[in-house]
Amino acid sequence: MAKMNLLQAINNALILSMQKHPSAMVFGEDVGHFGGVFRATSNLQEKFGKSRCFNTPLTEQGIIGFANGLASQGSYAIAEIQFADYIFPAFDQIVNETAKFRYRSGGQFSCGSLTIRTPYGGGIAGGHYHSQSPEAFFAHVPGLKVVIPRNPYQAKGLLLSSIEDPNPVLFMEPKRLYRAAVGDVPEEEYTLPLGKADVVKTGSDITLLAWGAQVEVIEKAASMAEQDGISCEVIDLQSILPWDVETVCQSVFKTGRLLINHEAPMTGGFASEIAATIQQECFLYLEAPIARVTGLDTPYPLAHEKEYMPDHLKTYEAIRRTMDY
Amino acid sequence: MQNRNHLSNVKISHNVSVIENGLLEIPMLQLLNEQGVEINPKKVKFFDRDTAQKILNSMHYTRLLDDRMIGAQRQGRISFYLASLGEEAATVASAAALEPQDMIMSQYREQGALVYRGYTTQQFMNQMFSNKDDPNKGRQMPIHYGDKALNFMTVSSPLGTQIPQAAGYAYGQKMAGQSAITICFFGEGAASEGDFHAGLNMAAVLNCPCVFFCRNNGYAISTPADEQFAGDGIASRGIGYGVKTIRVDGNDVLAVYSATAQARKIALEENCPVLVEAMTYRLSAHSTSDDPSGYRSKEEEQKWAERDPIVRFETWMQEKNWLDKEALEAYKTKTREEILAALKVAEKISICEIDEIINDVYDTPPWHLEKQLKELKSHIKKYPEAYPKTAGSNK
Repeated sequence: MAKMNLLQAINNALILSMQKHPSAMVFGEDVGHFGGVFRATSNLQEKFGKSRCFNTPLTEQGIIGFANGLASQGSYAIAEIQFADYIFPAFDQIVNETAKFRYRSGGQFSCGSLTIRTPYGGGIAGGHYHSQSPEAFFAHVPGLKVVIPRNPYQAKGLLLSSIEDPNPVLFMEPKRLYRAAVGDVPEEEYTLPLGKADVVKTGSDITLLAWGAQVEVIEKAASMAEQDGISCEVIDLQSILPWDVETVCQSVFKTGRLLINHEAPMTGGFASEIAATIQQECFLYLEAPIARVTGLDTPYPLAHEKEYMPDHLKTYEAIRRTMDY
Repeated sequence: MQNRNHLSNVKISHNVSVIENGLLEIPMLQLLNEQGVEINPKKVKFFDRDTAQKILNSMHYTRLLDDRMIGAQRQGRISFYLASLGEEAATVASAAALEPQDMIMSQYREQGALVYRGYTTQQFMNQMFSNKDDPNKGRQMPIHYGDKALNFMTVSSPLGTQIPQAAGYAYGQKMAGQSAITICFFGEGAASEGDFHAGLNMAAVLNCPCVFFCRNNGYAISTPADEQFAGDGIASRGIGYGVKTIRVDGNDVLAVYSATAQARKIALEENCPVLVEAMTYRLSAHSTSDDPSGYRSKEEEQKWAERDPIVRFETWMQEKNWLDKEALEAYKTKTREEILAALKVAEKISICEIDEIINDVYDTPPWHLEKQLKELKSHIKKYPEAYPKTAGSNK
């Protein structure tokens, strides 16, 4: 075990993957000698050479197009999009190419050895274009997997799984935790299952569900609610696509109440999908409407960032309303 | 050409110096003139008689296939077709200059390259009839071919997406130490997509051994090239990206072959991309959903029909005493029969069973797809007459 922050855990996972797979390559804007704007790829070029860890020109569609070709050739392509806010020029390559490569060729070709890493989310005074959480766009794309870790231990295990997984994975990293989250991380290789949620804390009155950086927010709200005698079950979804309906259902069968928290705007956010599924599967068990605590349906603001965020207080209030329904 | 980054070695001028398009002349390589006469002052060697015959046969095959399949679409037997009339030299002769281990990433009008690689008539038909013998499992519209064994990447409809992918594929080939390149075909219309600019720049900066082969055929559906771009064609853009560039007469088999062979050699030996712009003309409609009479004149078409790449090449073969007219006629007759027979076979083969609908989305179907399939199958069982193609195989 070693103490690592989330960035160090990711860096460590990348080193292990590049050692294990001679065809693993890491590339993106500024990831080379500089080690990435957040330093997630520090020292990789020194360790593995310029042909395996390299800067690309400033073109997201080019990076993912190149990555699709490299992965379809059979190499392990690990591409970085510097901010999730800038992934949209690559939307066509991801939606129409990455995700459909295997299906359209009847399994003859695929981008299964592709992993796209990208920092997402707010809380760093990043305004519109350094704060967004676009996971719901990609949850709508059959053929992709979407994974979001909440801490250094999960980050390393889930990233190693994402690289090993024979399907293309969009790995979204909660950037406000990059240095803030520190924890014990095994130094050797280990994997955590994709498509599985993690029950962080068991409880009996209400299920609180989030992913990435919002998990610590719902944990904080859970502590407040426990002061009022409300027992909260806290679940980290971890995988957005495919997502672990089974674990969430089992929890809601027990608690009869569900609150979903995400940073992205409410309308069309991934909470909508979860709510629709849970009311379908758990209809007769529900004691109250499913609550959503999310960002507003506005662009991500700068000066009003604190007000925009679905913080622990908004979550606590929604827990109370749900309990009092 | 000099590759300057930022301020290194920039020549200084003390007058406002405006660089105009046209200062750099990019000539078009032509080795067979429009009458089919070889103009070859450097005595460039091309290929032997067998290869010449294979190129000629492949061009004829492509034209016969196109002709028959346009007919099949009009008869309602297939939903869509896309011919390459007039562009056979560009696709066949370029493929002839490659090695089998080279990856071909096509746009969609490169059936000539696939014919040259040895895709069989039955394979063409199985794909176009979306039947269960198509390795792509009938999931895409007709002409979206793909065959791993022949190193021919499955066609994707969105234009230009294959351009940055070719850079990545070629980079992987280089890193794996293979003696192979990737060739990437696209039209002059697709070269307006962002992916073209991204792809060429990526390939140049990252030293990817690939050949970007642009078929400048004058039209993107109805939009003529002069409404597609200003500037000196697509070739001039290669120079801007620091990519070695050749412009070639796309209706001249000898020139296309020589240019592609040279481009391949440079790509492999120097680990860099090469751009080839082949000047040709799309004599056919864009696809069976298009009628060119609405946007271009018969006179214009006639002018290009007279530049037929097959006639030009046959004239050259005749001159060399390599043209056996009788054998060629026999080949064409046999091919027509083979196409018709394979078509009849393919249209009788059923489509994949319903279970295939969820395969290959992921390496194995996740639980939610299994669930959706189960629900779909019980629905089909309830209304079998509404789903006649799959009701029979629905277990």
